[in-house]
Amino acid sequence: MASEKVQTLTDTNFEQSVIKANQPVLVDFWAEWCGPCRRLAPTIDELATDYDGRVVIGKLNVDENPAIQSRYSIMGIPTVLIFKGGEIVEQVVGLADKSALKKLIDKHI
Amino acid sequence: MSDRRVIIIGSGPAGLTAALYTARANLKPLVIEGLEAGGQLMLTTMVENWPGHQDGVMGPDLMAAMRAQAIRFGAEIIQGNVETVDLSARPFSIKLSDAEYRTHSLIIATGASARLLGLPSERALIGHGVSTCATCDGFFFRGKPIAVVGGGDSAMEEAIFLTKFASHVTVVHRRDTLRASKIMQDKAFANPKISFEWNAEVEEVRDAGKGEVSALVIRNSQSGERKSLPVDGVFVAIGHNPNTKLFQGQLDMDANGYLVTHTGTRTNIPGVFAAGDVQDHVYRQAITAAGTGCMAAIDAEKYLEGLPQHLGEVQVSA
Repeated sequence: MASEKVQTLTDTNFEQSVIKANQPVLVDFWAEWCGPCRRLAPTIDELATDYDGRVVIGKLNVDENPAIQSRYSIMGIPTVLIFKGGEIVEQVVGLADKSALKKLIDKHI
Repeated sequence: MSDRRVIIIGSGPAGLTAALYTARANLKPLVIEGLEAGGQLMLTTMVENWPGHQDGVMGPDLMAAMRAQAIRFGAEIIQGNVETVDLSARPFSIKLSDAEYRTHSLIIATGASARLLGLPSERALIGHGVSTCATCDGFFFRGKPIAVVGGGDSAMEEAIFLTKFASHVTVVHRRDTLRASKIMQDKAFANPKISFEWNAEVEEVRDAGKGEVSALVIRNSQSGERKSLPVDGVFVAIGHNPNTKLFQGQLDMDANGYLVTHTGTRTNIPGVFAAGDVQDHVYRQAITAAGTGCMAAIDAEKYLEGLPQHLGEVQVSA
């Protein structure tokens, strides 16, 4: 059901799609078993539509991509990280509403 | 913008029961379900004390059923976080980030959220080994030693649940006896993967500098002795704070921020009712929350019956 505009991020494509991206990238760390992650999913879909072409919006499944999960010591989900120029510029742990996420994104575009 | 007869803020057992009853009373309730939709039961696993489910029911399943039941009778449920409420004028005004509603009566069922220890090192490590939600984050601690801070039912439930993943669970409690119910205590004491640190106060979560949890520094309140407990994760289960910030300066609260109710679920402002954990620091059960949600619905219905016919024209000074 995820929007086509949301990019699926993996251990393999993370370097290219996030670290070397020309635009800011929002990464939603999630897993199937995480209830709050499911609550966040529609918000992420909407952000992908709202920021289409300006910000890359991606999701990374922590169960399937342990290397990235461990690189950023993600021990609680959902976690949203915003990257710019390969660096983490924002971090949100737990559920956040759309307006709060938009404010964070808007600081970096 | 048409005025609502009843708006319910919150969607735990209190809010959804209020929605069910007001919907069945044909009041067409609007439920604003909030960020932590479904409430605390969404973060639990098996609920064994909800009457009628003799084999237990999963918390999230119970909430999904309550939600569907309220909708079946005509409750409207929207997602959103209330940013401000104005109870000084009538109808009451409820503002979200992208919408504003007006209503003749309001049922507050915003519940309570997990409390933290309040240590700077704890805050720095949230999401990196410090958690308030075992069912959310337990999976990250497969085969690792962890600690649960607290001595109540929720702490025992988290500790027992976490033994499915962790190599060992240490319960760190600041007193020498548990506050948890007897049945939960027995389960915890019988679990070979759980041990206890009594009279233990958490002074620091290490290692904020490295961005990961490596140990808890605990101090024994009797002997004054300090020690380091090596763990990879810390689950904090020391109780809850009522979600009443929105109503500060408008509704009567007790010293801990809980809404004060009288003669049923009435607050100090006529037409504003409170149900569930937001007004209850004593019982705090799903069934009592649902019970007070029902009461608030009946109280709101009575209140609305007493208003003049043309609700939109009502002017009452607060």
